[in-house]
Amino acid sequence: MNHSHNDVKRFQVFATVVLAILAVFALLPIILIAIASVTDENVLVSTGYTFLPSKLSLDSYYYMVKQSQMIMRSYGVTISVTLLGTLGSVLLTTTLAYPLARPDFKYRNLLAFFVFFTMLFNGGVVSSYIMWTRVFSIKNTIWAMVVPNYLVTAFNVFLVRNYYVNSIPHALVESAQIDGAGELQIFFKIMLPLAIPTVATISLFTGILYWNDWVNGLYYISDSQLFGLQNLLIRIMNNIQFLKVSSNSALLGTQNVDLPGASVRMAMAMIGILPIMILFPFVQKYFIKGVVLGAIKG
Amino acid sequence: MHMGKRRGKRLAKTGPLLLIAAPGILYLLINNYLPMFGVFLAFKDYNYIKGIFGSDWSGFDNFRFLFKTHDAWVMTRNTLFYNAAFIVIGTVAAIFVAILIYELGQKRRVKLFQSALMLPNLFSWVVIGFIGYAFLNADTGFINNSVLKAFGTEPISWYSTPGPWPVILVLVYLWKFVGYFSIVYIASIAGIDKSVYEAAQLDGASKFQQIMRVTIPLLKPTIIVMSLMAIGRIFYSDFGLFYQVPQNSGRLFEVTQTIDTYVYRGLMELHDVGMSAAAALYQSVVGFLLVLGANALVRKLDNDNALF
Repeated sequence: MNHSHNDVKRFQVFATVVLAILAVFALLPIILIAIASVTDENVLVSTGYTFLPSKLSLDSYYYMVKQSQMIMRSYGVTISVTLLGTLGSVLLTTTLAYPLARPDFKYRNLLAFFVFFTMLFNGGVVSSYIMWTRVFSIKNTIWAMVVPNYLVTAFNVFLVRNYYVNSIPHALVESAQIDGAGELQIFFKIMLPLAIPTVATISLFTGILYWNDWVNGLYYISDSQLFGLQNLLIRIMNNIQFLKVSSNSALLGTQNVDLPGASVRMAMAMIGILPIMILFPFVQKYFIKGVVLGAIKG
Repeated sequence: MHMGKRRGKRLAKTGPLLLIAAPGILYLLINNYLPMFGVFLAFKDYNYIKGIFGSDWSGFDNFRFLFKTHDAWVMTRNTLFYNAAFIVIGTVAAIFVAILIYELGQKRRVKLFQSALMLPNLFSWVVIGFIGYAFLNADTGFINNSVLKAFGTEPISWYSTPGPWPVILVLVYLWKFVGYFSIVYIASIAGIDKSVYEAAQLDGASKFQQIMRVTIPLLKPTIIVMSLMAIGRIFYSDFGLFYQVPQNSGRLFEVTQTIDTYVYRGLMELHDVGMSAAAALYQSVVGFLLVLGANALVRKLDNDNALF
């Protein structure tokens, strides 16, 4: 017995050491950009991005505060898109999932197949792009970042449906019906509030999805006034001068000296991930739950 | 049984329930079904002025041209090669991490390590592109300035040197996804009956032997199902990984072009709608057949986990 106890202990030490090394490797890239964002520009030019810079400086952040108009606007766009997308997604997903969970709904199987088939086959990016731009004229509107692709996924619909089927007894609906409640009333007053645990899960994942999305912006947004944070980042990666040119239309070249490009790049990346890093410790538990839930049965 | 039958006969009024589902149905009709009819674009010589319906039919010309190009081979090979690497290496790494985390025992350490390994999963591909740039760019990149200099090696222009990219992309993939996928395997290990381990212990099996002889064999169903699901998606690639991480660099296309990046570039950069639509349809159709095949296999092995 004693022997096997030692064995367990030894393995725990081994696991701790290996995981500590892996955790360091997981975090180092983030630490590098964090340090780079507060490194003195001259040091960056001579020694590159490094973990132990010889001189620190907050110039990049000062610069961003001075030129904050563009950044604040993109933050506003991203926050609006995330809120609209998450809210819309929750409403459309729960309303579609609920009838699928009702054993007395006549078209249940047909509708389930209708939803499910979208997981198997799709028309492809090209026809979807042409439809949204030519039929719905969605280009350069905020809806282009909210509506295409992400509002309803079959995966989420089945997640909510399974929650209703497994956790909420149908008798609840029947007794409400006996009390004379209509279907709409039953859904909005009773069934929707009961689904809050799953709604929280899909809101978390959908919220992260919208916050991080840049693909819709890449396809549908060319007007820089409508850039969300991620698309602003893409533009800055291609041309760091973009920050300055668009925030004050001063002549190119005369002010270039002011722009600490190498550190500002990384400072921009930092403000892109900061909200997620702050939120992460609080939502981690739900995140893990959601992954397990989704993997077991979609 | 009897109750169920009676309830089955007494159907709810269809109208109100359909009304509740209507917005979601309408969305899927527009977002998912309408573009399915748009696949005919692949058989047209698309012209912006003539429009979707006005453009001339061209039969299989787009496909004929597409498969004559070197691109068709490159993107298919890359998509399949990277997905295969991700499935094999990713699964091994995720199981390795899952076993280590599960054996830690201490809740605080589990939470700490799991958080660290999962954090990269929450970053957008754009930000990961920035992180890659911090390491790889030729002038101020960490690798050229700190690592290669320390070894006295000449700096490398990473964004125009295709050679190392298969390794870089696999590493980035692992960095972003191993923590995430390990969650699934941790749940699966937690579901193993503890008495199996007790029996193994009584027989004198060491911790290492228990892992090799008990844990891994019992994970087999999960591994098979997860892998087959991934094989069903083997014709699709993560657009962000192959577009943002290599910074859309043309010199790297030979090793970074996948079907998804090709479709994007064809449509948005080259404005070759017909060719791009042909590649997208090629992906949809082969992808469809692969999902059906993978699911048939899952159903044969483990009916509970089949998609349908």
